[in-house]
Amino acid sequence: MIPFGKYFRTKWCAVLILLPLSIFCYLLGYIPTVRSGNVAYEFYQWVPSLNINLDLRIDGLSLLFALLISGIGSLIFLYASAYLKGHQYLDRFYAYLCLFMASMLGIVLSNNILLLFIFWELTSISSFFLIGFNNDNPDSRKSALTALSVTGMGGFFLLTGMILIGNIAGTYSISELMNAADVIKNHELYPLVLLLVFIGAFTKSAQFPFHFWLPGAMKAPTPVSAYLHSATMVKAGIFLLARFSPILGNTTAWSYTLMIVGGLTMLYAAIHALFRTDLKSILAYSTISALGVLTFLIGLGTEAALVAAVTFIVVHALYKATLFMTTGIIDHETGTRELTQLGGLRKVLLPVFIAGLLAALSSAGMPLLFGFISKDLIYEATLHADQQLAIYLTAAAFVTNLCLVAAGFMAGIKPFTGSLPQAYEKVHLPYKAMWIPPLVLAFAGLYFGFFPNSAGEQLIAPAVNAMSIAPAAVHLKIWHGFNTVLILSLVTLVTGTAIYYVNKADSRKLAWVQSFQSASPQAIIERLSSGFVKFSDWYTDTMHNGFLRSYLLKIILFAELLLAYELFIGGPIYIDYSKLSAISVYEAINVLILIAAVVLTVTTSSRLTAVVGTSVIGYAICLMFVYYSAPDLAMTQFTIDTLTVVLFVFVLFNLPPFINQANNTIVIRDTVVALGFGIILSVIAIKVLQVPTDISISKFYGDFAYTLAKGKNVVNVILVDFRGFDTMFEIVVLSIAALGVYSLIKLRLTSSEKE
Amino acid sequence: MRSAILQTASRYLLPILLLFSVFLLLRGHYYPGGGFVGGLVAAIAFVLHSFAHGTTNTMKIIGYKPMALIPVGLGIASLAMFLPVLIGYPVMTGLWFEEPIPVIGMMGSALFFDLGVYLVVIGVVLTILFTISLHTH
Repeated sequence: MIPFGKYFRTKWCAVLILLPLSIFCYLLGYIPTVRSGNVAYEFYQWVPSLNINLDLRIDGLSLLFALLISGIGSLIFLYASAYLKGHQYLDRFYAYLCLFMASMLGIVLSNNILLLFIFWELTSISSFFLIGFNNDNPDSRKSALTALSVTGMGGFFLLTGMILIGNIAGTYSISELMNAADVIKNHELYPLVLLLVFIGAFTKSAQFPFHFWLPGAMKAPTPVSAYLHSATMVKAGIFLLARFSPILGNTTAWSYTLMIVGGLTMLYAAIHALFRTDLKSILAYSTISALGVLTFLIGLGTEAALVAAVTFIVVHALYKATLFMTTGIIDHETGTRELTQLGGLRKVLLPVFIAGLLAALSSAGMPLLFGFISKDLIYEATLHADQQLAIYLTAAAFVTNLCLVAAGFMAGIKPFTGSLPQAYEKVHLPYKAMWIPPLVLAFAGLYFGFFPNSAGEQLIAPAVNAMSIAPAAVHLKIWHGFNTVLILSLVTLVTGTAIYYVNKADSRKLAWVQSFQSASPQAIIERLSSGFVKFSDWYTDTMHNGFLRSYLLKIILFAELLLAYELFIGGPIYIDYSKLSAISVYEAINVLILIAAVVLTVTTSSRLTAVVGTSVIGYAICLMFVYYSAPDLAMTQFTIDTLTVVLFVFVLFNLPPFINQANNTIVIRDTVVALGFGIILSVIAIKVLQVPTDISISKFYGDFAYTLAKGKNVVNVILVDFRGFDTMFEIVVLSIAALGVYSLIKLRLTSSEKE
Repeated sequence: MRSAILQTASRYLLPILLLFSVFLLLRGHYYPGGGFVGGLVAAIAFVLHSFAHGTTNTMKIIGYKPMALIPVGLGIASLAMFLPVLIGYPVMTGLWFEEPIPVIGMMGSALFFDLGVYLVVIGVVLTILFTISLHTH
């Protein structure tokens, strides 16, 4: 796509909308299959040795999500083409967006949890690019980094959790895991698995206390917020919980954790939303709250709750994306999102107002809109929970819904009502591509409100069936009869509207809320991370000071301590003199040369003499190899030694004259360390003689070198055949080293030429 | 450091050492030797020549920058590595010709792999040494 960037930057970007649209239409074709209770599979081999394959499944749950992703995706593509019209990097934007959409589809369609994880990380990365899209803005960069670090951290936990699941159940395939649900639930590591998966899901879906990255992520261009942070990415965590609920769910730990975290999140964020004055902030907090509701419902886990959750996913995606898009239009046309400055825009932006109104009413649960049905289902689910819990759960849902009604009105209606400020009288409707998408979504909400069963039977029932073990019958009705649920719904609507009128947008209240900032999870985590940075600074300063001698000293000292400890606990050492072979004259002379060379190297004050000394040591060792019949080793050592001397001479030629900086203390310290190392290695060598040698490996190579690899020289056969991969990587590393030397020297040369 | 003896000697030593390095490369599969040692010996041959005649003159003999040998070697080695995949075997399966070839003996993909190693080693050693000797002082 990149080479055609300049085409997509102009009017051709409309072509790209065909991509999500065709995926959407293709997926629509799966509805009949899935509705009849079948699961469609696609399978491609990828890394068979690790059991990671492109293994896709389409059941009710994935189909529902995939349709949402591609359907809303098509509208967002259209919307963004107008919103970012003429933007310098529009091509990049679409590349990121396509990447994101593909990885999101990957998450919901994977039938392998490791594959799911790969796509999961890809969404984190692509969302990092999208949030930081305005990369010249430091705030935007910071938010992108926060989002990436929070979701990335969650991903790390999730991976651990998934590997644990895979180890317990012996499979990574979701279909097979569903059959192994009991094994996992009764395993002693089950609580740990649950904790890890929860952290993954909560970070992604912005649950308390990891919620803070989502309001920050609103720095992204509005199409991104509408797509990622309302309809799709944040729902990935919810999807994960839904996907795992037949595998891990229905235990006390599962239900209570989800209910508590979800409940806390939905209350906390809903109340927070009321204090915000920035339109996108309101939407961000109400989104967090909605995600809390979803977590809460999945935790509740009854059939009614799951129906309510799935319905609410669709409802929320429809109205929240609409509200985000209308907000984007307001921002685009007036240049502000401050609720205190906006008003009366219905006179100039009528179609936008209609979309906003419908969405706000749907979110409020007005009868005849889809939101009404989902709100009914939520109350039904909480009321029919356990006897003791029902009252608390209903109360929590009630308070949340109150705040959500008010927040929805603030975002969808407030900017359009009242008197129009003079500054905005010249505001005009934007391109059609911008206001049609929200309108389409808003009317979809209306349509489903009138004909709830069209969604209920086709989409929601199969999705619920995929989440629960027992098959569920779903009948969504406009009229549930006159009962407690209806009364609760109506009371919510009326009280919520009242709150909306009482709660005037005010920056003073915002400031009051902000004063608690220092105790918020965000501040705590930021403090932790800055502490970590300080620790790393200190560590780098003390341990990595850039002097080779200091590195060597630390490494050798550390190795000495470890080896000495190991030898100490290894027990006494005996030397069996009778088994040692006699020392020949050659060997004795060779050792004498060796010792003389060592003494010369250590005591000389000339670098060149020291180099010659070390090379003599090297050659002497070569001779040893020859005596003990290791010709390959000796040959290599010999040539390497020769080249090393040449290299040293070249380098030494360019060094300043030798200055002896070592005082007596340093000399003594180094002597002690060096002697210690030598003694320990000698002791190990003696100890090796005691331990019976395991020759099975060398026997394997000896036996098979000729039969399998047709070679008689075992060393070489190992290098080019048995361990060929290692050799391959070694020569790659060598090449990189050569390029490194070459470029370092060239670089210094050109910079000195400049001077 | 220009000594007439060394200059004359290295003129004859260079081809002999190179021949020796190829010999080492080819016999590697059955007797001590192999691509790595062979490459080192060849590199030493050139380094010796550069001592006697100066690095620039040695570069002239080679004709190309020694760095060019690195990608060639890596290419041959990876070809030997991935060739079996094209025929349908896993990566790095040893493939062999049925009949021995005169002088070289049995020939198989392992030999090509070793040839790649040989070229990379020459390239790496000469690149490092020649860069340092040409661009410093």
